[in-house]
Amino acid sequence: MNTNLIPAFVRRNSFIELSARARAESLMDPGSARELVGPFDRIESPWLPMQGIAPEFDDGCIVLKGTIGGEPAVVAALEGGFQAGSMGEVSGAKMSTALDLATRDSKNGTKTAAVLLLETGGVRLQEANLGLAAIAEVMASMRALREYAPVITVTAGTVGCFGGMSLAAGLSSYIIMTREARLGLNGPEVIEQESGTEEFDSSDRALVWAINGGEQRVGMGVADELCLDDVGEIAAAVKKCVMAGLPATHRSQQVEPYRKRIASLNVTEQIDPLVLREAWNHERYSSGKGGSR
Amino acid sequence: MSAQPGVRGKAWFQALTGKDSPMDGDPGSVLAADAKLGDESARFLCIVPNPNARFPCARHGEAGLEEAYALARRIREAMDIDTEAVKRPIVAIVDVKSQAYGRREETAAIFLAAAAAADAYASARMAGHPVIALIVGHAFSGGFLTHGYQANRILAFDDRDVVIHAMHEEAAARITLRTVEGLERLGHEILPMSYDVQDYAKLGLLHRLLHVQDSDTPTVATVAQVQKELVDAIADARAGATDLRNRLESAGALATRKAGLAARALMEKQWSTA
Repeated sequence: MNTNLIPAFVRRNSFIELSARARAESLMDPGSARELVGPFDRIESPWLPMQGIAPEFDDGCIVLKGTIGGEPAVVAALEGGFQAGSMGEVSGAKMSTALDLATRDSKNGTKTAAVLLLETGGVRLQEANLGLAAIAEVMASMRALREYAPVITVTAGTVGCFGGMSLAAGLSSYIIMTREARLGLNGPEVIEQESGTEEFDSSDRALVWAINGGEQRVGMGVADELCLDDVGEIAAAVKKCVMAGLPATHRSQQVEPYRKRIASLNVTEQIDPLVLREAWNHERYSSGKGGSR
Repeated sequence: MSAQPGVRGKAWFQALTGKDSPMDGDPGSVLAADAKLGDESARFLCIVPNPNARFPCARHGEAGLEEAYALARRIREAMDIDTEAVKRPIVAIVDVKSQAYGRREETAAIFLAAAAAADAYASARMAGHPVIALIVGHAFSGGFLTHGYQANRILAFDDRDVVIHAMHEEAAARITLRTVEGLERLGHEILPMSYDVQDYAKLGLLHRLLHVQDSDTPTVATVAQVQKELVDAIADARAGATDLRNRLESAGALATRKAGLAARALMEKQWSTA
């Protein structure tokens, strides 16, 4: 069969269709990955069974230690298929510990990058306050590692990255997205519930992706790489970010440029995402400073 | 629950700083001031309701785009001033409804704005500023992550109007397919789901729970009491680490976060042989 006749988007090896564990493995050098606190260690949520919900032995967070492009790295992946990738006590502890140990090694001379695969609705409401606390701790751990090594967030889809974990994404050194991915603090359904359909019609899928979608987030400069849903392409983007090391300034430290952008928005009506993309992108290139790079 | 988030926060900001207006160039919803605390000067920050806010979904004490960047700006300003000096304490007075739930906010990447404020608080803590969160009212969800949860010591008033939670009851009930009554009942059985601050205190995340008489209306005596608690928390923060390990080492954490601590201990053990 002549494979040249088959378009690239058909021939691609989908990343989105993989489980969190397979996603994480696909990003690391072959044979280098070892899972830490895996399902056979059986550390599960104590709070879910109390509410009649089946827990999982990995609590929906898979941590692999290994190398990427020969460099030490740790990957922590949230399984969107378990409780919508939500953060609970155990999954949060696994992610923040992985980041803390990467920081410890980096401090001791073995620079260790972290890659977070975020498919999550944010806090696991069945573990409410411990989920929120876990997110605060993940954020603190990310901020600490960033002194030494990059923290790379990948959000590929289809759950998206929402709620408190969107702040974690905001703290990363680099964000990699696909067109299918969405990134935002409040999901469209939550805004509709809190502020009404006239504020946000969550059934309007085109509007949702125009605002939260990967193409828009990269286009407006708040994320870094837009990839096809392809394992090879995403792995190459992750490797490129690991090799790039720390950005000169992290995006979440760029207060004045963003404060001025917010101040200059016309907010008398809803903001057209395309107009905002052009305005922010234009500033990004004309100032020569870039988003984060 | 008190009628309006931010009202009590504003009362305590005024009582502790003697000021009640924003700094030049800041939105009306963010109060920031340096004021005497013990024998030094501390920077106080608070989000308050602003019915005239530019963003319609951020008029009732929510953490929105302008609020987040104003906080980040004022924290980083204090850090810049103190680069070569004693790091001043930063006190986040927390009475914040939630993050702002609006389409404008999402379009302009409120996730990044909120991260910028949290980054500033965490950066200040790591630079050696004692960062104290004083929860006098509501501390909800993304609002708390934006404003206060990166503090190295958290103090909270012990009364019925103080609510620390991931989501307000009505929304949490809808999303978890329960009734509000069912959720309240569950809160009594499942500690992290409780809306009661005394239950929250059992999680080991708080430095101290403060019993303050008539906490809606600060008096000379209660202000002195809260100032003393702040001074003690600052001294404790200065004597400790600049990370959040105290939240894992507390007696409350050892009792209620056993599973998370077990995961942490096992990963530490496995890490070096991986």
